[in-house]
Amino acid sequence: MIELKNVCRTFIVGDQQVAALRDINLRLDASEYVSIMGPSGSGKSTLLNLLGLLDRPTSGTYLLDDGNVTDLSDEQQASVRRDKIGFVFQSFHLVPRLTAAQNVELPMILAGIPAEERRARVQVLMQNYGLAARADHRPDQLSGGQRQRVAIARATVMKPSVLLADEPTGNLDRTTGWEVLKLLEGLLEQGITLVVVTHDAEIGARAKRQIHMLDGRILSDEQQTK
Amino acid sequence: MKFSDTLQFASGSLRGSPTRTLLMMLAMSIGVAAVVVLTALGEGARRYVVNQFASLGTNLVIVLPGRTETAGIGPGMLLGQIPREISLDDAEAILHSRAVKRIAPLTVGSATLSRGALNREVVVAGSTSDLLAVRHMSIGIGRFLPPGNIHESASVCVLGSQMKRELFGNEQAVGQWIRLGDRRFRVIGVLASQGESMGMRTDELVIVPVASAHQLFNTSGLFRILIEAKSRDSIEDAKHDAEQIMFQRHSGEKDVTVITQDAVLATFDRILTALTMAVGGIAAISLAVAGVLIMNVMLIAVAQRVKEIGLLKALGAPPKQIRALFFAEAALLSSIGSVAGLVLGYAGSSIIGQIYPSLPVSPPWWAVIAACGTALGTGILFSVWPARRAAQLDPVAALAGR
Repeated sequence: MIELKNVCRTFIVGDQQVAALRDINLRLDASEYVSIMGPSGSGKSTLLNLLGLLDRPTSGTYLLDDGNVTDLSDEQQASVRRDKIGFVFQSFHLVPRLTAAQNVELPMILAGIPAEERRARVQVLMQNYGLAARADHRPDQLSGGQRQRVAIARATVMKPSVLLADEPTGNLDRTTGWEVLKLLEGLLEQGITLVVVTHDAEIGARAKRQIHMLDGRILSDEQQTK
Repeated sequence: MKFSDTLQFASGSLRGSPTRTLLMMLAMSIGVAAVVVLTALGEGARRYVVNQFASLGTNLVIVLPGRTETAGIGPGMLLGQIPREISLDDAEAILHSRAVKRIAPLTVGSATLSRGALNREVVVAGSTSDLLAVRHMSIGIGRFLPPGNIHESASVCVLGSQMKRELFGNEQAVGQWIRLGDRRFRVIGVLASQGESMGMRTDELVIVPVASAHQLFNTSGLFRILIEAKSRDSIEDAKHDAEQIMFQRHSGEKDVTVITQDAVLATFDRILTALTMAVGGIAAISLAVAGVLIMNVMLIAVAQRVKEIGLLKALGAPPKQIRALFFAEAALLSSIGSVAGLVLGYAGSSIIGQIYPSLPVSPPWWAVIAACGTALGTGILFSVWPARRAAQLDPVAALAGR
């Protein structure tokens, strides 16, 4: 469960202050499916970075699973990120010299999980995501869809409570894009909160809850009932 | 993150860019190899000198006539006197010192040697039976000068090995007669081949009893008295006693010089050790250069791997871990570089050893440790800045590749 209270984020560009987020109040429950839409510069990426603890709000409070994470040190935020938050990026961000399996293993290495357990968990995930045959391939030997599936496997291997996806289908063709979305949506059953940032209305429309942003403010926050 | 995983990840990223890694290792290993080879050479020179001194004899104290003084000219010299010579009795008197194990008086001169139709000038050394032990020589065939009365001028001689070859070839030498000046000597032994030591070629020497040499050269003075002290600790006592005895016997005049082999050796040792360290220090500069190179390449690596660092941060790597990863890379690079450098250095030293067999080339242990330590130290020290820079990257900007 996520809660943002009066969150502002201001960047200083030159001698000017630019408000990327203005007074955001937002509450996301467990296993909610949220899409954040808006034109570029509307603050949706900044919001996602704040949710992922990659950035700190200028003012306001961020509660994650009922704990205040706003003022944690860098080290503490890193461990929260490691244990509770998964990222899926538009450009996949796989480490090119590592194989698919090693990329999936990476968060567990950082967490210091023993090698046997790592191997078992990677194997299960690769199997589930239909990547078993590709485990020893490097990213440049994989198709875009396969790469994004590896990235999703990596994002979920630590069993996070929130999955943040920034334009997850942006670099994929339509068909593969849909496949990847279905895979992400399948994670909702496991109790993961799924946040998808997109400027594609068609993709955004798939989420039960749709948030539109403009100029750093939440323009609309609609709950679909269907 | 576990230590082994850190190492594995770091070695993975090193293998990810082999050219960069190889070049850095090359720089490191050349630095280490330079230190190893140069100090090996210096140490070789030192040991060469030490060995030369040791082959002269151990615990040696040497008495020579005349006083080498830097404080001015003695009154005797103004009157045109030459220093009083050292007599055989002086030599025997020194044996009374309790610190002295044995002595060998030495007279050196040249004489014409003839055997049949062969005629040549040779260096003749007059001494006693103890010379063999004092000078660490060994006999090849026959026996050395017989012990006995120091004043007895027996007509026997011992030949250096090369002298024997030139005079007799493959013939039997022992028992034959040769002529030195106007006197006939019987060959009673041939020295084993010694090689050169401190400029004196014992292989080309003819050794006769000291009294015979005095008659041959028509003198009564000695060129040197070689004294062997009882032990290393009694060298100073032996020196002191020898000075006292000579002082008394020469009616209160200090007209001889007594030097110890140790003092000379220690001076050489100090000079050559200092030289080795200086040369090693110069070579260590190349290690520092390698360190700067590592820093430069690491900084480029941080710039190139900005996205990867951003990703690691997003996946939950704290700054500490990012730093550790870059340290591990630097440490791996420098330790593998050091090992390669050691192999290179030892190979180089042994090649030099092959070319100059008389030089005992081997790198001193302190230089090996210092070289590896400096390599590791500079590698890690120069990676502090790049590692900090990587750890402080803003994850959002890094993920965007900015």
